[in-house]
Amino acid sequence: MKTKVLMLGWEFPPYISGGLGTACYGLTKAMGRIGMDVTFLLPRMNPVRIAGEGSEPTVEYLEHGLPNVRLRMVASSLTPYGKFGNPRSGWRATATAEAELLEESLGGPAPYGPNIQEEVHRYAVRVMKIAESEQFDVIHAHDWMTFPAGIALAATTGKPLVVQVHSTEFDRSGEHVNQYVYDIERHGMHAADKVITVSNYTRNIVVNRYAVTPDKVEVVYNGIDFSGCTETPRQARPAQRDKVVLFLGRITMQKGPEYFLYAAKRVLEKEPNVKFVMAGDGDRLYGTIELAAWLGIGHKVFFTRFLRGEDVDKAYSMADLYVMPSVSEPFGIAPLEALKHNVPVLISKSSGIAEAFHHALKVDFWDISEMANKIVAVLRYPPLREALRTNGRREALWFRWEDSAARVSEIYQRVLNVA
Amino acid sequence: MASVCFYFQVHQPYRLRHYTIFDNGGDYFDEYKNAQVCQKVAGKCYLPANRLLLDLIHQHGGRFKVAFSITGVVLEQFREYAPEVLASFQELAETGCVEFLAETYYHSLSFLFSPREFAEQIDAHKKIVRELFGQTPRVFRNTELVYNNDLAVAIERMGGFDAVLAEGADHILGYRSPNYVYRPPNTRKLKLLLKNYRLSDDIAFRFSNRGWREWPLHAEKFGQWISAVNGNGYTINLFIDYETLGEHQWEDTGIFEFMRYLPAEVLKHPDNDFKTPSEVADAYEAVDAVDVPYFVSWADIERDLSAWLGNPMQHNAIHELYNLERIVKASGDPDILASWRKLQTSDHFYYMCTKWFADGDVHKYFNPYDSPYDSYINFMNILDNLRSRCNVAAPTSREPALVASLT
Repeated sequence: MKTKVLMLGWEFPPYISGGLGTACYGLTKAMGRIGMDVTFLLPRMNPVRIAGEGSEPTVEYLEHGLPNVRLRMVASSLTPYGKFGNPRSGWRATATAEAELLEESLGGPAPYGPNIQEEVHRYAVRVMKIAESEQFDVIHAHDWMTFPAGIALAATTGKPLVVQVHSTEFDRSGEHVNQYVYDIERHGMHAADKVITVSNYTRNIVVNRYAVTPDKVEVVYNGIDFSGCTETPRQARPAQRDKVVLFLGRITMQKGPEYFLYAAKRVLEKEPNVKFVMAGDGDRLYGTIELAAWLGIGHKVFFTRFLRGEDVDKAYSMADLYVMPSVSEPFGIAPLEALKHNVPVLISKSSGIAEAFHHALKVDFWDISEMANKIVAVLRYPPLREALRTNGRREALWFRWEDSAARVSEIYQRVLNVA
Repeated sequence: MASVCFYFQVHQPYRLRHYTIFDNGGDYFDEYKNAQVCQKVAGKCYLPANRLLLDLIHQHGGRFKVAFSITGVVLEQFREYAPEVLASFQELAETGCVEFLAETYYHSLSFLFSPREFAEQIDAHKKIVRELFGQTPRVFRNTELVYNNDLAVAIERMGGFDAVLAEGADHILGYRSPNYVYRPPNTRKLKLLLKNYRLSDDIAFRFSNRGWREWPLHAEKFGQWISAVNGNGYTINLFIDYETLGEHQWEDTGIFEFMRYLPAEVLKHPDNDFKTPSEVADAYEAVDAVDVPYFVSWADIERDLSAWLGNPMQHNAIHELYNLERIVKASGDPDILASWRKLQTSDHFYYMCTKWFADGDVHKYFNPYDSPYDSYINFMNILDNLRSRCNVAAPTSREPALVASLT
């Protein structure tokens, strides 16, 4: 019998703002493709109304063209990341602003609280309501904001709960964890029948810092969708132009933008004709711009803000090297994306991808001179660049979402057999 | 008659220290690590294995014989970090049952890139063997058994050698057996001894493999395999890394016990004996010429050069290295020359090998770097520094001309 999954996930194209959305979409799509039956509950701010009597106005089925996947919306202002512009606690302020928007869209004063706690609770209540009309065998919740909903649903239906951890509060906030978030994460992990982490790196955090029994935690690596991109001829570029080193990601503490700049400064001591491009938004954007100026390399560092679609492709096509200097990266799909675009990668050892991937340069994010050393080598030596590019690309092709989906399917079978 | 011909390779490179683009200074080698490895392997392999071989030679009254090829760079390191190992090899040399082979002092691939350097390194190696062991080598083995027709011709032309060793790869032998003596084409007297890779690898690689059909391998069984060759060949050439004993195959695999009883098992059969490579060359006539137009080696499943020259990084690094030959030698600085030569050791290029996923474990085991990319970067940084030192030490060729024109 086909296993039916109720998936509490995040973000579907074309609105994907980061790794969590990419991962939920990639995994779900592949699960459908290998024949699993998925109902995906998607938090959306502006739900489309269905014509029809008595239907719950905040629930909607969406067209998406994925086999075996049904997409239903949950009216909610939750987003996986805060928006740029709020230096402190991005999501808190965002939640407020967007809650108001949502109220408007619902056409009346909805009893929204201004803060995230109430919003998470509200989301859970809505999910419970929607789930009443759904048939499913397993509940699969992605990251902490969906955990309370998952726990409540598992408690009322008796169905097994699988929680997937794409990032923890320690990744996002270092040692300054938000206790409320930590408690929800911990509660979710302990309530779950199985915890899926996206790497051993994250598995260790889950085991050591959330005290989860090790044999309950399974690693499922993320994948990357190479469709239509398996053979991208690289256009020849003028040989005399400046070399370009690319940072592409949210400009937040977690992503280590300042280490990128410190390394850039040292690279420029050895190789003056290099440009550094920082593509992304985040609460550290202004601070990072200031730091570039303070280091005296402002004229060498270019901030593009958040890029979409073709602009992303353009950024990659300019780049000679992609750098991911993350302080703590549970997986790191971005380097695989870079390789898909034929750009060799230098990655932080504090990442999930570093444990699973061979054909990349790896550094400790704090080891500035080693980072600079490796950047200079890539810029100076074409054979190194070529080897990293071609071998890396070939290796990236092995990270298939279908394999991740098959692993998830195994994990479901195990929890169902126990239940 | 079946002669067992043991040759053990003994080698440790001078591993490089971590050297970034921000470093300068001429100390490229990681003394601490090199000493540590040398002493570790001495304790696990060289000392106990030498003691065992010495016992066996005494026990069998000179009927048990072996050959060694010990690189110049490891001899230097023994002198520096483990003199007791050097002494134990000298003790073996005194038994008269141990032959020492010649190779390039720096365990280099110089034959492929610089004939002059190749010849100089062989001379240097013969010299140190003479000094330390009182023998003049008569048999040559090239680094990693890298071999082709041209190498044989070059060795014969150099003079003083009776035989060359090579891998008994299927693709050069075809239906022929490695258990005979052959000759290279276009040579007059030189003999070619080919490694019996099946029996050699049974000891070197498969010995501790529990998935192997023949596991556990005892001396008795191996002795029977040897005796089975009688009538189908003259010699079983077992060419093995010495570190197999105790380092690649740990002591708890029983490798020392295997070696302890092997000579007796072999000698049980009255037609069997042990010979060193030069004795094999003296005793048996070549039965055929073996044509090797392309390079073969004993590495990996490919048995070719791809472990050292399989990707563009390796080619780039080694070409850049040999491009420095002229200015290194023009610098007249012995320290620069020694450093440049130590950089020629083939291990540095082996570390840059990217064909990991097929037969990766061996490469990973011997690799002090996290990745081939790291090793390339480190090597190129050092080369960059070495180049700049040459330029300082010896003014570029244009400058003397300028001076001359001014006077």
